[in-house]
Amino acid sequence: MIDKTCDTLERAVADIPDGATIMIGGFGNAGMPSSLIDALLAQGARELTIVNNNAGNGETGLAALIKAKRVRKIVCSFPRQADSHHFDALYRAGEIELELTPQGNLAERIRAAGAGIGGFFTPTGYGTLLAEGKETRIIDGRGYVLETPLRADFALIKALKGDRWGNLVYRKTARNFGPIMATAAKVAIAQVAEIVELGALDPETIVTPGIFVQRVVKEAA
Amino acid sequence: MNRYSREQMAERVARDIPEGAYVNLGIGLPTKVANYLPPEREVFLHSENGLLGMGPAPAPGEEDEDLINAGKQPVTLLTGGAYFHHADSFGMMRGGHLDICVLGAFQVAASGDLANWHTGAPDAIPAVGGAMDLAIGAKQVFVMMDHQTKTGESKLVEACSYPLTGVACVSRIYTDLAVIDVTREGLRVREMAPGLTLADLQAVTAAPLLPALNEGEPA
Repeated sequence: MIDKTCDTLERAVADIPDGATIMIGGFGNAGMPSSLIDALLAQGARELTIVNNNAGNGETGLAALIKAKRVRKIVCSFPRQADSHHFDALYRAGEIELELTPQGNLAERIRAAGAGIGGFFTPTGYGTLLAEGKETRIIDGRGYVLETPLRADFALIKALKGDRWGNLVYRKTARNFGPIMATAAKVAIAQVAEIVELGALDPETIVTPGIFVQRVVKEAA
Repeated sequence: MNRYSREQMAERVARDIPEGAYVNLGIGLPTKVANYLPPEREVFLHSENGLLGMGPAPAPGEEDEDLINAGKQPVTLLTGGAYFHHADSFGMMRGGHLDICVLGAFQVAASGDLANWHTGAPDAIPAVGGAMDLAIGAKQVFVMMDHQTKTGESKLVEACSYPLTGVACVSRIYTDLAVIDVTREGLRVREMAPGLTLADLQAVTAAPLLPALNEGEPA
């Protein structure tokens, strides 16, 4: 019997090594897998490369991971926010590397990795600082920039419900990066509010089919 | 000098958004435009973090941390609205499915180049978010901004001195002094604040302005 559920958050993240590249879902705090991030903090892996839209908000979740100096590099679109002071301080001190990517390129690079696409030409960023040094091409009279796929060793995502095959449904705008990050990581780990029986999720409404998910764990109360 | 208020600017932009339009309103001043869309006009508001059919802010106590907008403020979903993931959401933007986006700006050039993400200051932490995707993706890009900086410099320029967000992407500019179209011939004034002459406007604008076309004259 296939059972992708984990008994504990600790076991769900136990094999994440130092130096891993980890995608973390969420847009601000919506969809942020805080239970998994707390477990990763306790687990102790360091020198991590993190892929997220932002660079942490306030004191919890990704911000706590950054504060604890576990993150060597962050790939994101929008690191500068009123409450991203832990990132700001380390960035200004030269202790964290930033790869800034327009948000749509971030999403599409993740999608491309998950779909086996070796790169794509996009008009986003053409003629700007963020396209410097990248291959460009004129297609049908319009300028495009070559962007490469973005893969990860692990994805930590948050969903509303999951079953033992790894099928997931999400809640409102907390869906954001979860479905695409699950496809782009070797090991996708989903924290869910509820683990349901196989068959309880309507197959017409499953957003992430279990093929993209390796572990499902119940979030902390 | 007579100036449009922020509310008048928002009301003016809203007049140019027709029923049935799929629209993304940027963070800041553009958000106000939603207040002037009459309820009987069905307009689909898109938010980059994965919703179409965005409604107004919830009543106090009704906030849901899983239902936010691009500015990470709590919002609501209208009846008929939908949620989707980030690649679909940005596909709507990048794929040319949005009819209009309304953005703020530091500078707009006569060519329609837009600078709105980075001042280029050496100590600034760069952050781009969805700005570049919106700039190149929507069928029409409206910019809403003050005509001048706080120190009186024109934000309409011959060429942007700030790093670009997008090349030749702006369609129309709404400032506190005028409504201006970006055309192949250059910046063409459509409307000016009451009492203003073209000479007055040109005097505070660092790019050449073309006079308004008369009604019925081909653009």
